[in-house]
Amino acid sequence: MAYHIEPKPLHELTIAELAQRLRGGKLTSVELTHHYLERIKRLDPQLNAFVTVAADAALAAATHADARLARGEGGPLTGIPIAHKDIFCTRGLRTSCGSRMLDNFIAPYDATAVERLAAAGAVVLGKTNMDEFAMGSSNETSFYGPVKNPWDLDRVPGGSSGGSAAAVAARLCAAATGTDTGGSIRQPAALCGITGIKPTYGRVSRWGMIAFASSLDQAGPMTRSAEDAALLLQAMAGFDPRDSTSAEEAVPDYGAQLGTDLAGLRIGLPREYFGAGLDAGVAASIQGAIREYERLGARIIDISLPNSPLSVPVYYVVAPAECSSNLARFDGVRYGHRCEAPRDLEDLYKCSRAEGFGSEVKRRIMIGTYALSAGYYDAYYLKAQQIRHLISDDFRRAFEQVDVIMGPTSPTTAFPLGAKMDDPVAMYLNDIYTIATNLAGLPGISIPVAPVDGMPVGLQIIGDYFQEGRLLNIAHRLQQATDWHLAAPPEV
Amino acid sequence: MAWETVIGLEIHTQLATRSKIFSGAPTTFGAAPNTQACAIDLGLPGVLPVLNRQAVVLAVRFGRAIEAEIAERSIFARKNYFYPDLPKGYQISQYELPVVGRGRVTIVLDDGSLKTIGVTRAHLEEDAGKSLHEDFHGLTGIDLNRAGTPLLEIVSEPDMRSAKEAVAYARKIHQIVRWIGISDGNMQEGSFRVDANVSVRREGEARLGTRTELKNLNSFRFLEKAITFEVERQIELIEAGSRVVQETRLYDPERDETRSMRTKEEANDYRYFPDPDLLPLVLDTAFIEQAAADLPELPDAKRERFRTAYGHTEYDASLLTANRELADYFEAVAAAGGDAKLAANWVNGELAAALNRDGREMTESPVSAEMLGGLITRIRDNTISGKLAKQVFEAMWNGEGDADAVIAARGLKQLTDSGEIERIIDAIVAANPEQAAQYRSGKDKVFGFFVGQVMKASKGKANPQQVNELLKARLKP
Amino acid sequence: MSLDRADVEKIAHLARLALSESETERYALDLSNILGLVEAMGAVDTAGVTPMAHPLHMAQRLRADEPTEPDQRALFQSIAPLTEEGLYLVPRVIE
Repeated sequence: MAYHIEPKPLHELTIAELAQRLRGGKLTSVELTHHYLERIKRLDPQLNAFVTVAADAALAAATHADARLARGEGGPLTGIPIAHKDIFCTRGLRTSCGSRMLDNFIAPYDATAVERLAAAGAVVLGKTNMDEFAMGSSNETSFYGPVKNPWDLDRVPGGSSGGSAAAVAARLCAAATGTDTGGSIRQPAALCGITGIKPTYGRVSRWGMIAFASSLDQAGPMTRSAEDAALLLQAMAGFDPRDSTSAEEAVPDYGAQLGTDLAGLRIGLPREYFGAGLDAGVAASIQGAIREYERLGARIIDISLPNSPLSVPVYYVVAPAECSSNLARFDGVRYGHRCEAPRDLEDLYKCSRAEGFGSEVKRRIMIGTYALSAGYYDAYYLKAQQIRHLISDDFRRAFEQVDVIMGPTSPTTAFPLGAKMDDPVAMYLNDIYTIATNLAGLPGISIPVAPVDGMPVGLQIIGDYFQEGRLLNIAHRLQQATDWHLAAPPEV
Repeated sequence: MAWETVIGLEIHTQLATRSKIFSGAPTTFGAAPNTQACAIDLGLPGVLPVLNRQAVVLAVRFGRAIEAEIAERSIFARKNYFYPDLPKGYQISQYELPVVGRGRVTIVLDDGSLKTIGVTRAHLEEDAGKSLHEDFHGLTGIDLNRAGTPLLEIVSEPDMRSAKEAVAYARKIHQIVRWIGISDGNMQEGSFRVDANVSVRREGEARLGTRTELKNLNSFRFLEKAITFEVERQIELIEAGSRVVQETRLYDPERDETRSMRTKEEANDYRYFPDPDLLPLVLDTAFIEQAAADLPELPDAKRERFRTAYGHTEYDASLLTANRELADYFEAVAAAGGDAKLAANWVNGELAAALNRDGREMTESPVSAEMLGGLITRIRDNTISGKLAKQVFEAMWNGEGDADAVIAARGLKQLTDSGEIERIIDAIVAANPEQAAQYRSGKDKVFGFFVGQVMKASKGKANPQQVNELLKARLKP
Repeated sequence: MSLDRADVEKIAHLARLALSESETERYALDLSNILGLVEAMGAVDTAGVTPMAHPLHMAQRLRADEPTEPDQRALFQSIAPLTEEGLYLVPRVIE
């Protein structure tokens, strides 16, 4: 007796499954690319996840990938359609960083992450929407308009990598890249119900990634599973001589680590991550996931990260200070937006920048300018760097006791569009659980757990330096034992 | 009322690297605009700096040459300000922790005495581009070829007390950077730029007066003139009951005056902070020792050695150590000729004059050190007289071969055969009986007449000493 | 810590941002609120704590002194707002 099994649609297949079909000749990259381009065309007008769709270039790359696959060449990413956050420079393709300032900017070179994924054979469908210059937690600060959460079009997808998160969640691409300065991969991953990992600072090259806050920025993959994330990170990670802050640390085989048993794993739960401000539903969902880990053999240890409440204040000095300097290059002289008929040099600067930047970017530039200015440097910038040290020490002490730290990625599920736009401070507090890892430079992953009222919830797992393999494995084991990560938003 | 002048200098010297300090763009001077400005130099979005090893090596070498502390850990900082020739909106420099700490150099004052000038620090930074003010329909053109060229900024203590001392110090630093090969020191091309901080105070006053910073001093002469003008201006201001304003002033060589830069009245707030794109520069002993390993003998040490080993005067020794090529040339001449005193005289005399006359550099001398040494050898072994040697030098300068070749070709070999000289003397004395009688009757002056006649008859080749002796014997009453 | 309009104007000038009257007003409020958030740092005793500028304890790597970058002026200036004879043009710089 034969059962007819409804075949899974192409866009529901994992990268590993797709790779198998591509290699087996059962599927071509051109077919797969057409499939995703068709979905983008049909579904993205409601989501606004893409800023630029590069259909022709994608099909050309897919054709090339098919030729390689036919010759038996290429790896697990060859022919896989992905999208890049529009913060990564892509040669010959507009790189806007979500800003009017770079609306006309065609990057003359590729970011290292882009270059490496291209070398691995990935096909780039386009560039995803984002908060302007990655400054935001809701994707509402983009020059190209807000991105909608595929689970509820009236809610935000999180930010700043909101376009990538929405695109992956809505199955508009097999995976996407993101960047994370204070939670910008993990928080939108949590709010959109996908897997997102921020690697250790220095793990993925920052070359060609438009800088927001140089000492915090880190790129990582956003995918539908930990297994897929391992495949992307494998290609993205590694030393790059063009980035002075790139770590000269060998990249382990992440895939090979995915089978490790969790018996005896020590999980630390920081009491500061479960206090006031955490939504009760989210808390329950996180506890449910932790019980699941206990079933898998892990031990739970209560810990404290006493300085973590200070991470938001510290971040809102350090990140703006660095951004105020990083964004000084956008002056209307060599590229980017230039105002019409400036009266004089000062007018050229002031008007080009006033017109080119949106209000959140200006707000942060001004905070940072103030924090670095004469008379305030010690009280703000230096003080923040000192407390940053204390926050980092908290983690160092914690990792003497535990293997990983777990908690919620975000205090709530996705909030309604516009809810926090008029209150920057409320918006900033949204990143309360994610910021500390950036300050310390540690890796963190967010994975979907039980939803609350139909909206996704993310569990954050923080590891010690260069422990991405362990984080991916821990995430993978949960995804083997549960199917929270398989939930798909309704087709819009 | 007597016034005291207080001067400190900030010197920016371009380091002689092949590529820029934070990028792989070439540093060749004079390329077409913006053809040597890469993505990093242009400050494109997403680019990152990586530090050039050689720039660090050259900075360390300088630090060692001025007996300075080399920092085991130094930090690159951003100096934030907007200007069209500064593409990133900040200059990468060093602020709190520079690579070279406290050092010192010695200058020679007019009266020959020595004075030590303190160097506060020297730090690495990147140069800016250039604004071209030719008229592009009322716009300014920006060339960023120079942006990112490595600079060493050398900051002195306010130890100088006159324009002349400031010039002596600037020349000293100029001599050192060229001597140790870290910079070509070309002031016309802007590879060596001097800014002066100048203030005056009443003699005996401990507090420093308000200073002004003088810019656009692109020669040592302008440096001296600008300071001289500025000191007088400040004294006049104070004596008239007014005050000196702390500001930057440009020197105008056409009118020989300094004037306030007409920038908007705003205090600069550079918002220095550690550059997060660069990590701490950590230098271990091995790196420092290796960087300093090929340091040549330094000018002061060499001058001192010339003085003691060769018995040169301070003056001669200073001249000979003005630059490394000259000092090396001199030492080669002294070695080849076997006489340091003669070598010094010839190098500082005939050679210097000829170079000067033809406007040539030391390295372009048609007379090599070996050739000049060969000439000195022939003077010492009495093959030629000192007088004819000048003729030989000129011939060598004009490409007629080495000393021996010229002497042979021109038949300039000195006549030292006593018999031959006596035969000439006999003939001259016989032909001038009257003068011989005068000499014998006590008119010593006539002796010179006979020497001249003998030299003339020998076409200048007779050994003058022998002529003297033999003549005296022959004319003896 | 609260900022007034004059403070905001000074900061906006340092950052080269033109602000309208109403924006200045708005930013004075926003920036003051953010500084209020940041104020919590003041309560922490940080005496003797080394400031942390980088997450990783690494030292600066040094590059070999090799010219590696070819001339790409045409490409770079194809995205420039205003150039002539290979130069970027800006309103007259007065010195």
